Amino acid sequence: MSQEPTADPEGESNEIDVGHLAALARLAIHGDASAKIADDLQAIIAMIDTMQAVNTDGVEPLSHPLDTTARLRSDEVTEHPDPAHFQSGAPATADHYYLVPRVVE
Amino acid sequence: MSWEAVIGLEIHVQLATQSKIFSGASTAYGASPNAQACNIDLGLPGVLPVLNERAVELAVRFGLAIGAQINQHSIFDRKNYFYADLPKGYQISQFETPIVGQGTITITPENGRSRTVGITRAHLEEDAGKSVHDLYPGMTAVDLNRTGTPLLEIVSEPDMRSAQEASAYFRQMHTLVRYIGICDGNLAEGSMRCDANVSVRPSGQTEFGERTEIKNINSFRFVEQAIEHEIARQIDVLEAGGKIERETRLYDPDKDETRSMRSKELSNDYRYFPDPDLLPLSISEALIERIRGELPELPDARQQRYTSTLGLSTSDAVAISSDIDRADYFDACLAAGADPKQSANWMMGELSAYLNKHDVTMTQSPIAPALLAQLIARIDDGTLSSKTAKTLFDALWSAGPAGDVDELIETLNLAQLSDDGALTQIVDELIAANPKQFDELRSGKEKMLGFFVGQVMKATQGKANPQQVNQIIRDKL
Amino acid sequence: MSEFSSLREMSADLAKGAYSSVELTQAHLERIQTANAALNCFISINAESALAAATKADQQRAQGDQRATLGLPFAHKDIFCTRDILTTAGSKMLSNFVAPYDATVVSNMAAAGMISVGKTNMDEFAMGSSNENSFFGTVSNPWDHTRVPGGSSGGSAAAVAAGLVAAATGTDTGGSIRQPAALCGITGLKPTYGRVSRYGMIAFASSLDQAGPMTRTAEDAALMLGVMAGFDPKDSTSSERHDDWLDGVVANGIAVLDRPLTIGLPREYFSDNPNFGGIEAAKTELEKMGHTLVDVSLPHTESAVPVYYVLASAEASTNLSRYDGVRFGHRCEDPQSLQDLYERSREEGFGAEVKRRILTGTYTLSVGYFDAYYLKAQKIRRLISEDFQQAFTQVDVLLAPTSPTPAFKKNQLTDDHVAMYQQDLFTVPTSLAGLPAMSLPCGFSNGLPMGMQLIAPAFREDLLLELAAQYQRQTDWHLKRPEAVV
Repeated sequence: MSQEPTADPEGESNEIDVGHLAALARLAIHGDASAKIADDLQAIIAMIDTMQAVNTDGVEPLSHPLDTTARLRSDEVTEHPDPAHFQSGAPATADHYYLVPRVVE
Repeated sequence: MSWEAVIGLEIHVQLATQSKIFSGASTAYGASPNAQACNIDLGLPGVLPVLNERAVELAVRFGLAIGAQINQHSIFDRKNYFYADLPKGYQISQFETPIVGQGTITITPENGRSRTVGITRAHLEEDAGKSVHDLYPGMTAVDLNRTGTPLLEIVSEPDMRSAQEASAYFRQMHTLVRYIGICDGNLAEGSMRCDANVSVRPSGQTEFGERTEIKNINSFRFVEQAIEHEIARQIDVLEAGGKIERETRLYDPDKDETRSMRSKELSNDYRYFPDPDLLPLSISEALIERIRGELPELPDARQQRYTSTLGLSTSDAVAISSDIDRADYFDACLAAGADPKQSANWMMGELSAYLNKHDVTMTQSPIAPALLAQLIARIDDGTLSSKTAKTLFDALWSAGPAGDVDELIETLNLAQLSDDGALTQIVDELIAANPKQFDELRSGKEKMLGFFVGQVMKATQGKANPQQVNQIIRDKL
Repeated sequence: MSEFSSLREMSADLAKGAYSSVELTQAHLERIQTANAALNCFISINAESALAAATKADQQRAQGDQRATLGLPFAHKDIFCTRDILTTAGSKMLSNFVAPYDATVVSNMAAAGMISVGKTNMDEFAMGSSNENSFFGTVSNPWDHTRVPGGSSGGSAAAVAAGLVAAATGTDTGGSIRQPAALCGITGLKPTYGRVSRYGMIAFASSLDQAGPMTRTAEDAALMLGVMAGFDPKDSTSSERHDDWLDGVVANGIAVLDRPLTIGLPREYFSDNPNFGGIEAAKTELEKMGHTLVDVSLPHTESAVPVYYVLASAEASTNLSRYDGVRFGHRCEDPQSLQDLYERSREEGFGAEVKRRILTGTYTLSVGYFDAYYLKAQKIRRLISEDFQQAFTQVDVLLAPTSPTPAFKKNQLTDDHVAMYQQDLFTVPTSLAGLPAMSLPCGFSNGLPMGMQLIAPAFREDLLLELAAQYQRQTDWHLKRPEAVV
């Protein structure tokens, strides 16, 4: 898939930018934790990279073990949700809205 | 230096389904907050999507309407980003293989000539929820009712060169999606929204300039204003020696300006990959053919038929063909045997005025096409004059669907006086009463013919056949 | 009743009125209350709802309901959403999550009249091979409390092995039913992908996750599968396939295997394993039963672990994006912005292994890496799947070890993630191919149980169950019990 590049993946392929990944994954990882995770990821990626030796020329990707196609549902309204029920464990709500800190668009 | 703008639009069309694209919750507009967000729409742990077949059919219908390739095998991907109104942290969309491939649409900008705009692709995806920023101090309130509403994202080629063309394209798309019944076209409820990709380049240059994307434009007027503004802004920046940054901007109609969207800054690596919860979508040839069979005659084809075969003026043909209800009404008049031009005149004249005045839609018109056709037939056979026809029209409107043309003509005594003897007698009396005017007419003052015809019409309360009266007077000369 | 009665035995006892479902459930609850302190295999014990369901089952029986499943206690892995009951997936993120709906597996079990006594401990979001990644603490292996039970369905495996329940549900993404079954000396079945609905089962990796039974006997596994399995319109990946044997399995039990099978021994699974005396004995036993053993090759086996970690982590990284502190689950204190809310809630709510996998998946799906990792892995996934298809043109089933080692010591592998990942060596290939596989006790090594794995073509769980039942009629490894559980 061709996506718009945001970083230079070819550049330093052995450096894992934990800060960038953590930002994408919305995980607050800083300082020592970041260095430790970089080491861990390095080891995991090295293990993963062993698969690069396999010749996959001309092989179609297999995205799903079931070699079949989508089953569709008919266009019927079957759900009549009760927001109070779904929000009984929600961290912050008001008048059945979910609340988050103010977002500036 | 003179500049040329290059514009492409991404239009999001909410598909007219009862239930959501991946869940059985209702898509109806205007429910109380989160009352239409079921566990699947909320992205609760463990929930799974199941695709709505109607959404697929409507997308195919669109593809066929723009003459596009329908991809019989397509994939749903996850587009990953975090936002308060995106519950799963990804949007299910189509990235690599959209359901609809390349097609075209013809636009006719005001004061411009018709041209063809390329459609790159159209794909199915789920809508996000809504964030409300001004309800609670310091908080954004999230309503997920809209989450999972099926969207068709229609991506155009960068084929438009002015804000007017972009606006004409948006209008034409609005006409088309309502025409083929895939969207209610309600802009105020957000049923159609558009993002505009805008760049400028020196006239004559072939490469594109750097572009910006203006998000979430939801009216015809704003499309034009926002793009107009953005073109001017980019030219200002470039002429001042600056550079255009690729970014997402938001149009603020109150201030008539676009501004950079801070909230989109981090969302630039969407990590698309095939959604493992959904299997590949397969569309059979038989389904495509069934949908093709259900497709109405499209605006372009109708407009063509109205002008070339029926001889309507371009403006009448465009006006009638651009609205499916109007076009169907017109075709029903023809089917009932009415003359095309007269049908068009009555529709664009009297009928339009009455519908407007009474705030009634074409499909609710108390005068059905068959009645209008009958009225026109009574004009053709000389029973009605144009004046009495209008009186009859008014009476028919009040009578409603039960109205009977011939009965009303009789009851209201609207039939034209075409008895030669009676008319000759009236003419004779008028000549006797106005000898001076008759002499003038005899001596060649043609204007006086109008005077005598007018007098006859007056004497007959408009029921005389003017052509016949004309002839009788000429015979007297 | 004995704590080691099978579901079939309890079913017979209930039918003849030896005891009521309420008495049986009460006995289970008492034993769990006593034993759980040492084993930690339950995250929650649902006495009230269990006794209510048992009372109802007794009433139904009094009204003539004779279903074999009616009133039988069991436990759910805490990965299945249970309406109005805490559902944690072993995570701090969901430590307060009371599910507002039932998973299809949960509805199916309840509809069969079976009684869930509680929710079992597991590695957080099913990511792990030792149960040491649970927010609710490590589970002890009933055979040796200093050792792990395996994972991620370690709580279910330990509860069954210790006789706290005769059966529990589990889920298997890369071995999470089979490996803990092997390490705890019980019987575990991972059905064909698509056989059991995933609706309401908290997702780890959607193209791999599959629920299945964990029991002491093959017969009980069949009974559980008969209840759990079936087409579900709420799961797009649920199979519409219909099998007569499966429809009848609850009422009739497993059919007797009436023909010799050809059993393949994939040489890549046997090359480097000095510790597998158990398997050698099983081979001899299977030959004695009339089956033929032949060597086969699954040449891409070696790549299965890296391929699995690419695909599972990629899917997991986005499956876990919904845990954002907005609509349910953990939210950090006093968030300053939406960004802060996300980052701290997720940082605090997820454990270290979950974060590692999210970051691994984020990395491999990133711009510029997609082709080299995700796409490459999907291509090798096809090669692995084709290896199996090729093998099944020659043999009926495959026999392999379930795990490279018996239960290891707690904390032994916690700092060596890659070594921990190698625990999945023999289980991930079948997961990638979506095939059914079963782990059965086949011997001991230094007092620790070992498992053998049977693998069948897609939707041929009947072959696995028939062969396993035959093996368990001839051997008694599945009847061995740990000492001093409580």
